[in-house]
Amino acid sequence: MNIPGDLLYTKDHDWIRVEGTKGHIGISDFAQAHLGDIVFVELPELDAQVEQGQAIGVIESVKAAATMFCPAGGTIVAVNEELEESPELLNEDCYANWIAVVELGDQTDLEKLMDPAAYTEYCRQAEAEE
Amino acid sequence: MNKLIFEKTISGSNAFSLPDFTSGQPDWETAIPAHLRRKDQPLLPDVSEVEAVRHFTELSTRAYGVDSGFYPLGSCTMKYNPKINEWAARLPGLAGLHPFQPEETMQGALQLYYEMQEMLAEITGMDSFTLQPAAGAHGEMAGVMIIKAYHQHRQDHKRTRMMVPDSAHGTNPATANVVGFDVIEVKSNSRGLVDLEDLRAKMSPEVAGLMLTNPNTLGLFEEDIKEIADIVHDQGGLLYYDGANLNGIMGVTRPGDMGFDVVHVNLHKTFSTPHGGGGPGAGPVGVKAPLADFLPVPVVARQGETYRFDYQRPLSIGKVKNYYGNFGVIVKAYTYIKALGGSGLKEACQHAVLNANYLRHKLRGTYHIPQDRLCKHEFVATSRNQTPQGVTTLDIAKRLIDYGYHPPTVYFPLIVHEAIMIEPTETESKQRLDDFTAAMQAIAQEAQDNPDLVIHAPHDAVIKRVDEVTAARKPVLKWEGR
Amino acid sequence: MKYTPNPNPVVDEMLQTMGLSSLSQLFSDIKPELQLDRELNIPGGCGEMELRSHLKELAARNRNTEDFPCFLGAGAYDHYIPAALEQLLLRSEFYTAYTPYQPEISQGILQSIFEYQTMICSLTGLDVSNASLYDGGSALAEACSLACVNSKGRRKVVIPDTVHPEYLQILKAYSLSGHMDIVVVPGRGGAADIEAMLAAIDDQTAGVVIQQPNFFGIIEDAASIEQAVHAHKGLLIMAVEPISLAVLKSPGEWGADIAVGEGQPLGLSLSMGGPYLGFMAARKALMRKIPGRIVGQTTDLDGKTAYVLTLQAREQHIRRELAASNICSNQALCALAASMYLTFVGPRGLKDVAVRCHQLALYARQALEKVGLHLKFEQPFFNEFAVSISNPSVANRRLLENGIIGGYELEDALLLAFTEKRTTAEIDRLAAVLGGK
Repeated sequence: MNIPGDLLYTKDHDWIRVEGTKGHIGISDFAQAHLGDIVFVELPELDAQVEQGQAIGVIESVKAAATMFCPAGGTIVAVNEELEESPELLNEDCYANWIAVVELGDQTDLEKLMDPAAYTEYCRQAEAEE
Repeated sequence: MNKLIFEKTISGSNAFSLPDFTSGQPDWETAIPAHLRRKDQPLLPDVSEVEAVRHFTELSTRAYGVDSGFYPLGSCTMKYNPKINEWAARLPGLAGLHPFQPEETMQGALQLYYEMQEMLAEITGMDSFTLQPAAGAHGEMAGVMIIKAYHQHRQDHKRTRMMVPDSAHGTNPATANVVGFDVIEVKSNSRGLVDLEDLRAKMSPEVAGLMLTNPNTLGLFEEDIKEIADIVHDQGGLLYYDGANLNGIMGVTRPGDMGFDVVHVNLHKTFSTPHGGGGPGAGPVGVKAPLADFLPVPVVARQGETYRFDYQRPLSIGKVKNYYGNFGVIVKAYTYIKALGGSGLKEACQHAVLNANYLRHKLRGTYHIPQDRLCKHEFVATSRNQTPQGVTTLDIAKRLIDYGYHPPTVYFPLIVHEAIMIEPTETESKQRLDDFTAAMQAIAQEAQDNPDLVIHAPHDAVIKRVDEVTAARKPVLKWEGR
Repeated sequence: MKYTPNPNPVVDEMLQTMGLSSLSQLFSDIKPELQLDRELNIPGGCGEMELRSHLKELAARNRNTEDFPCFLGAGAYDHYIPAALEQLLLRSEFYTAYTPYQPEISQGILQSIFEYQTMICSLTGLDVSNASLYDGGSALAEACSLACVNSKGRRKVVIPDTVHPEYLQILKAYSLSGHMDIVVVPGRGGAADIEAMLAAIDDQTAGVVIQQPNFFGIIEDAASIEQAVHAHKGLLIMAVEPISLAVLKSPGEWGADIAVGEGQPLGLSLSMGGPYLGFMAARKALMRKIPGRIVGQTTDLDGKTAYVLTLQAREQHIRRELAASNICSNQALCALAASMYLTFVGPRGLKDVAVRCHQLALYARQALEKVGLHLKFEQPFFNEFAVSISNPSVANRRLLENGIIGGYELEDALLLAFTEKRTTAEIDRLAAVLGGK
């Protein structure tokens, strides 16, 4: 299970990489592995005002559909349109292939997220329950 | 290899013809202005009758029905479809009725419809029935709409949530969502039954009702169903019965006697009407008396010896379907119920339960059965014993195709990892069950001795496993080859 | 009648294998107080001979459209069904089969659905079709629901009251969800009131519905509606009649986003209202939003062409409480009948049927005018129209006495439909009875 050290994670298996006032967001290795071959990404809406925990997109595989929940609130300022043609990029590298960029609103949202160590433990428990 | 019908077009070879128009042909084009007329020609196959017949005949040879062989699909009740039912539905006096004919010209059909309403009420222990919904999920929708309308009518507007068990069929939460409820799940306990503590904790005045199947989707009878009903009713909620598994209790007990307020039945499961490759089915809905006002219109009523459509139901939820329901399907189920009678319906259930327990008994040991105790008409096994060899439930299902069987239901219910749900139904002989057992045991042996054989199955079907990923990433949903 | 194959000695043997001695022991998990202490109160079963007598007796008490010419339409039409279709549909590999979830064992069914989808797209002029919905009315409800869900917060659906009255009742039930507000705009002169419709379309409009031909048989002009709904970024939904699509402008040509309709005219018997066939087609942009099963073409591991149920992530078994539609079983065998029908009549045949329906309607108009009866609405029609009659139920009774199943009763008119099965002689008789005092 790949869990990069420079990211923050949500309990819905989404990640955010914060750089200044912006955050790149995506889905984690746990998420893409459990979804299987990803066939379609319903991207978040550009310019949308979003809140932490809000449903902003859907990742579909052949056998599942997972809602993407926003890791931290703000405005969606970019979406990765490459994923429209090539959803498999999320399986190939779910960290290099971000899904959207958020211009962050309330940075205190980030305090509610898990750091890599906490997320590692969270994944370990989730797998034990399966 | 197998051409599409469009690829067989030979322009001008179709010879369909109408009788001559003998009385001077009105010029049809001037009556419809040009801006309302079609400019292009719709693409349709142009083939002779003999080629068309061969085409569809060939297609049928690459399909598999209950008449082809054993079909142990859990929760689908693939029982034999009696041929007398097909004859009945095709009688001109039934198939040739326009739904809006005057009632006095359809009294025989209306009697059949009325009797069906009554018989289903008796079988399920409910007070009134609608035959309008076209499928089980459609019945669920009508039933949940009735629950919503009931609460709204009582001015109880805080009931925004609907409960379903975590083992529920996908249509249950989907239905609740479609009718505008938030869905909450109640957990199953270690015995595979509804966890009463979790139910008590989650039931509240904000919950409109609980949707249950009984026997549940593990094939187990919810022994505490009375307590479950009390927990829901005590807080003003209603209990909904998903009748998909009625074949496991028919004639022995009834949802109405267990405390259910609304039920739907699946005519294409319990009542032997054919599945048709995916439909049509029918999903009649029954209710207890306090909910009868909300049934969709019309209901067929009787006045003396006359039958009529009753539309005078101001509290009705309206209609969920055009006309009166899938009447042709209802005729088949009616014929089946008449053929079996009350004692025959019970015997069908008893044999269904016998067959399921017999198979469970024979497969135990070879396959892991998480809840290995008395079941009703179906049971759930898993591929856990085969996992060390890298063999999955999917692999076993595909290998069964090589043995000439339609696979059981797989990966459902979701609460069982690598589930294989087996429902033989009552129309299978002991010999068939023994043959199926032998095939399953052979596959288990192959999983040990030669796992690749199972992992790469099927080998003997007309195609190998398909690329579902590309089909979903780059969908090709119609022939583009014009 | 018994369909259980194990005779009693075999039953005993099976019970013994499990250490049991009676069938009732198989129900020991059901508390005695819950078990019925009596037989179900349903008369004893009977064999095939008695079943035949009973069903024939029930059927004989009905007047059926094979014996009496029928001028009823109102959404269900008495069209000719080819003999080959009736027999092919009895092939048990088709009708006793389950949903084709296991592609390796159901390529024949999957291919037939792919062909059906292609034909529906071709008739409607749109890009993608599903494998069927229950009927025209519920298909329309699904389309309206889709428009709302797809519109990010809009709830308004604008619909003229010139649609099938049952469509409005179905929409009313489906809008119990709280996700849709159905705004019904009164028609004018039997057609949609274009000005009133345009006035009702705004930035809150998720979708606008036009039925074509409408309930009164009139062909609507949807051009300005299409412009308005798209200017406001809503969806145009057209509910259409499939035979008419051989000659009438298709939803694709009109610029519709979704086409739905009742497919019963395509080879399905009238059968007192069901099972019928709801079809739905849409523009490519809505491909991943439409409800119902969809078959796609792909390849197998050896590179062979294969068909499979696809885009399943839209459906209830995957989306569960997030699903936009709960449909599971559909009208698969009816869809197969429709593609058989279209294959057996062929492109020229379908056009001949459509033209004949329209010609007979024109002929009927003339015949009725000769006896002093006039159309209620002066509008272009396809194969159905309303003729003004002072007492429609009395008129229908007289027709029945003369061996004719009449029309659908409106307040002051009879809605009459004409299919290729009707003859000029039958129409002459219809006119004579209606015109007679």
